[in-house]
Amino acid sequence: MVSQTSSNANAVRIPALGLRVAALMLLSILLMVYDNRNQQLDTVRRAIGAAVYPLQIVVDTPARIWGWLVDSSTSRNSLELENTRLKIQQRLTRAELQQLTALEAENARLRDLLEARDRISGDIRVAGIMSVDTNPFRHSIVLDVGSEDRVYDGQSVIDANGVVGQVLQTGLKTSQAILISDPDHALPVEVNRNGLRTIALGTGQFDQLDLPYLPNNADLEVGDVLVTSGLGGAFPPGYPVAVVSDVRRVPQQPFAEVKATPSAALNQVREVMLIWMDQPEAPESEANTDDGEVVEQP
Amino acid sequence: MSSRSSVGTFGMLMSVLAALALTIMPLPAAIEDFRPDWVMMMLIYWAMVAPQKYSVGTAWLIGIVMDVAQGTMLGQHALTMCLIVFVTIRFHLQMRVFPLTQLTLTVMAMLSAYQFLLFWINGVAGVTAPATVYWGPVITGTLIWPALSMFMNGLRFRRG
Repeated sequence: MVSQTSSNANAVRIPALGLRVAALMLLSILLMVYDNRNQQLDTVRRAIGAAVYPLQIVVDTPARIWGWLVDSSTSRNSLELENTRLKIQQRLTRAELQQLTALEAENARLRDLLEARDRISGDIRVAGIMSVDTNPFRHSIVLDVGSEDRVYDGQSVIDANGVVGQVLQTGLKTSQAILISDPDHALPVEVNRNGLRTIALGTGQFDQLDLPYLPNNADLEVGDVLVTSGLGGAFPPGYPVAVVSDVRRVPQQPFAEVKATPSAALNQVREVMLIWMDQPEAPESEANTDDGEVVEQP
Repeated sequence: MSSRSSVGTFGMLMSVLAALALTIMPLPAAIEDFRPDWVMMMLIYWAMVAPQKYSVGTAWLIGIVMDVAQGTMLGQHALTMCLIVFVTIRFHLQMRVFPLTQLTLTVMAMLSAYQFLLFWINGVAGVTAPATVYWGPVITGTLIWPALSMFMNGLRFRRG
């Protein structure tokens, strides 16, 4: 490549073009191998990511302005309607909340009796989505909070309806989160009805999860709610994940084909919530590594 | 030729930044797979009209920024863009005198090669994806190229 001369070699003199390409290719390959084997290049990523940050803001601005316009042009009438509706809703919620306090106290008492550990009672904070990953085979989102806001790698991301995903990389002001629908994401779940444990895999489609490890005779019905089991240690237990949408039992196959629809609207959310778990996971869940979180980064 | 390629570095930087913005802009999921490779097309354009100024080194650096912006392995886009720009520079004199249809077909070949290299590297690294998602950007990129190159030519000659 280097010594080859062509008819247009005279017209443009770029010194040692072939050599430079070869050197740069070698450098890229080394970088890729290094990046793939051990994820040690976070600082480099963070530095360049900080440089791209203003651009992300600029790109995000039209959507923000649109949202603001919609908000500010809503008519007074509909605002009043909404206000009344919200007041009623709040009253109802308050009533439920009173019950909840009683229930919580009762739950704590019962747990004391059983000498069980407390369930999560972590901190929650709302984060905005700055952009979605443009890579079609990676379902991930960029959040507008970073290590400045105490976000850490592996943190759970939820929305009002269920689990959305988990934080993959934290930058200073932004962080990248992987969605549960990403083909590389696996999530330990249990069936809310009977406690049956399994793993929900992402399929690359926003509206579908796969549950490939359930035997044909598993007690599972369409409409069953799947919640996080907390066994991977990454997610707090008890958050809704998906609803079983299809169970197909083929007698020759050892496993049933089960599909589920995520509870969270994965491709519609603009705001998500981050959970800070108060205490590290219990040792018993550490031992259970084969059920654990299998997030492979390409 | 030197007066032609005397476009400011500022203009080049702005065009690449615009391409990058178009690349990271959120799109509805339905047309997400058909987002053209704006940055690659912009780099092909600049390598064709001003190969002395914007060569493989520039392409490599921009590729690294792409890797960070898209969350791919560091070096994946860098390697691919660097290679495609190299090919462009090898053939830039022919490409300049090509009629538009022929040039567009050449660019289509390059965009296909670009997607193929990305696909290949993904395969080696073990990232699986349906092969169909790689075709969308090639198709839209090819369709957009004539307009893009004419637009850029217009900007360049007005300034120069």
